[in-house]
Amino acid sequence: MAEPLVLTPQQIIRKKAAGEPVEPDDQELTSQHTIVVLVENSIGAFIRVVNMFSARGFNIESVTVGVTDDPTISRMNIVTTGNERIIAQILRQLSRLVETIEVTDLTGTDFVERELCLLKVRYTGRSRAEILDINSIFQGKVVDITCETMTVELRGPSQKINAFIKMMQPHNIVEVARSGRVAMQRDHTSI
Amino acid sequence: MRYDTHTKVQPVVAGDVLPEPNPEISAETRRMSGAEILLRSLEAEGVKIVFGHPGGAVIKVYDEMARIKPTFQHILVRHEQGGTHAAEGYAKATGKVGTVLVTSGPGATNTVTGITDAYMDSVPIVVFTGQVPTGLIGNDAFQECDAMGVTRSITKHSYLVRDVRDLARTIKEAYHIARTGRPGPVLVDLPKDVLMAEAPFHYPESVSLRGYAIPEAGRPEKITRAARMIMESQRPIFYVGGGAINSNASESLTEFAQHARIPVTTTLHGLGAFPEDDVLALRMLGMHGTWWANQAVQHCDLIIAVGARFDDRVTGKLDSWAPHAKVIHIEIDQSCISKNVFADCAILGDVNTVLKQLRPLVEPKDTSEWLAQIEAWRQECPLEYEQDGKLRAQFIIEAMREKTQGDAVVLTDVGQHQMWTAQYFRFLHPRTHITSGGLGTMGFGMPAAMGAAFGLREAKSDRPVVCISGDGGFVMNAQELSVAAAHKLPLKLAVINNRFLGMVRQWQELFHMERYSHTDLSDTNPDFVKLAEAHHCVGLRASTPDEALGIIDEAWKVHDRPTVMEFQVAKEEMVFPMVPAGAATGDMITKRMTPNSFV
Ligand SMILES: Cc1ncc(C[n+]2csc(CCOP(=O)(O)OP(=O)(O)O)c2C)c(N)n1
Repeated sequence: MAEPLVLTPQQIIRKKAAGEPVEPDDQELTSQHTIVVLVENSIGAFIRVVNMFSARGFNIESVTVGVTDDPTISRMNIVTTGNERIIAQILRQLSRLVETIEVTDLTGTDFVERELCLLKVRYTGRSRAEILDINSIFQGKVVDITCETMTVELRGPSQKINAFIKMMQPHNIVEVARSGRVAMQRDHTSI
Repeated sequence: MRYDTHTKVQPVVAGDVLPEPNPEISAETRRMSGAEILLRSLEAEGVKIVFGHPGGAVIKVYDEMARIKPTFQHILVRHEQGGTHAAEGYAKATGKVGTVLVTSGPGATNTVTGITDAYMDSVPIVVFTGQVPTGLIGNDAFQECDAMGVTRSITKHSYLVRDVRDLARTIKEAYHIARTGRPGPVLVDLPKDVLMAEAPFHYPESVSLRGYAIPEAGRPEKITRAARMIMESQRPIFYVGGGAINSNASESLTEFAQHARIPVTTTLHGLGAFPEDDVLALRMLGMHGTWWANQAVQHCDLIIAVGARFDDRVTGKLDSWAPHAKVIHIEIDQSCISKNVFADCAILGDVNTVLKQLRPLVEPKDTSEWLAQIEAWRQECPLEYEQDGKLRAQFIIEAMREKTQGDAVVLTDVGQHQMWTAQYFRFLHPRTHITSGGLGTMGFGMPAAMGAAFGLREAKSDRPVVCISGDGGFVMNAQELSVAAAHKLPLKLAVINNRFLGMVRQWQELFHMERYSHTDLSDTNPDFVKLAEAHHCVGLRASTPDEALGIIDEAWKVHDRPTVMEFQVAKEEMVFPMVPAGAATGDMITKRMTPNSFV
């Protein structure tokens, strides 16, 4: 794992005290990171990973898990936030678990991300057209419809899903189910 | 996802029908109960001693123990917490893995404090807990407790064995994980039906854990860089933690420091890694470290951290700690690197191996000016206590040091006496100072001393085992006294009786306007001499320096059982110097200031 150039709180305070400019990178700027963790395919391994986040006070925005082409290995896609230092800590803490096989931070690399969202919305005669309109702009698919509600399926990057939900907000949303993010690096290196 | 915790899937061969037991076939392939597999695995692992307590879920194990008489010794402790601390004491004194065996439910929960202690202090222990039968797990069955769940954040790793055929491999892995890398506790949960079920026994030769890497040598370019930083520095210091002792690096470190003329300060757990009678020894740093060690940290231009983790009791307020220092961090656990203090050069690897890589690249340095400066600080504020004829803990510790010439294994409990021991004993050898540092567990000392004594007996060492406790912590696991007595362990157990929870009292006096809320023990303390005698130990008492020397002599004449020495000391005594929690290391309270002038 490459060592990221990360300042500790001690260094930041010292820099400020010495009147040195603190680069934006040095600041306690938090950003979202997508981390892929290959773990042994067992409930225990999964719980241990998730538990590490809560025991050490790290955030999890979303987590997905599924088996890979190798049935003994699961792939977890974790979306977390933190400053560079915290992310570095998260990566180190993940790597040191006995059952983690590989840990990769995709953020900063070229990667594809997808999320699946199911959204059920109550419609009226007046709102129906507009809902369908938004849906088609986002290239959603109506997967279920009754005379009161319709359920649409949307796939795409998480941001697109956020935007879609926002657009639907003025309407009468009944429920939303999101899968959480899955991600993969774009080039030939498989992780 | 599979509902097990095993690392490697071992497909079970379909129709795994095994032949009837045949007396002719070797133990290797003979079918035996899970309970016997457990015992045979421990034998194969070279376990010599198990600290345990029986109960329903592990009754089969105890039954098999009586039947097959394994090659290891089982010590029946009187409380599972005592058992875990004993295993820790054993592990720390010998460098081997400690073993604990307890029943399900309350047996398991009673080990939680000891497991946490081992986790915080990187002590290799394996704890076997009984569990209700697999079919009842999750049912709130009698004495059911989700031991894996409870201990997930306090173990290096843990297992629930669901199939007797996985048992031997799991045990092999558990010991491997506990022992290697940064050591730590591993829990193995054993459902009763797994212990009853039968399978052939085969103890694997090796483990295969694809996600578990053990760092060994440091990267060459880092080593070169570190060597350059050392050669360029004017005022370097070694800052040495328990990791140096865990990797048996004491010899390499001592030789290195003496060769390069670099002074050495140690953490509480680093004590003994470098002989404290050496001119280069700065002794302990941090909250209750020496004035000169902390001054050296504040003025040095290079810190070579060796198996240490920059914990808050060492650094105090982070931003003003070691303001001029560059940092080289030699460490086996990647998660400790740049966690609190940025490492200009981080070398991930086994501490001993890295020191050996680094040493040939470093030439002797002229640090005479730097050492003279440190000597001046030493003169400025030496460790001292009042000599007014009253009995004081520091005097007692010095007397024991005198008695043993520093050649003893010294354990402590937690509190003022612990800090005085660290300050005044002057440790010379690795693995001779054992204490609860990370968790600060009152009640650790006595049972850990028992475990250490078993370890020394096994190693045929006649180093005396001394334990220094406070009157508060001593009673927290005093039930183990009779166990130590039953095994004729000649422990020297000092109880520094100040009739107070001394360390808390000190904070109340310094930082809480002398409101001594619930720290006075005079009404609830037992008679320590009678307590000792009730547990088949020798009990002695002293309240003056002369009496103290007398009972120490007397205690050292007892060879067939523990001796409890109660020393009645003044309650007012405080541990100095001190960096108040969260304060800057430069702002140490030394003895000369009146305490309240600080607040
Ligand atoms: C199990 C546990 N409970 C509470 C504490 C908090 N604590 C730390 S030191 C201390 C006082 C210890 O008193 P004593 O054993 O008499 O030792 P002394 O400080 O007087 O030497 C206490 C209560 C602790 N460390 N461990």
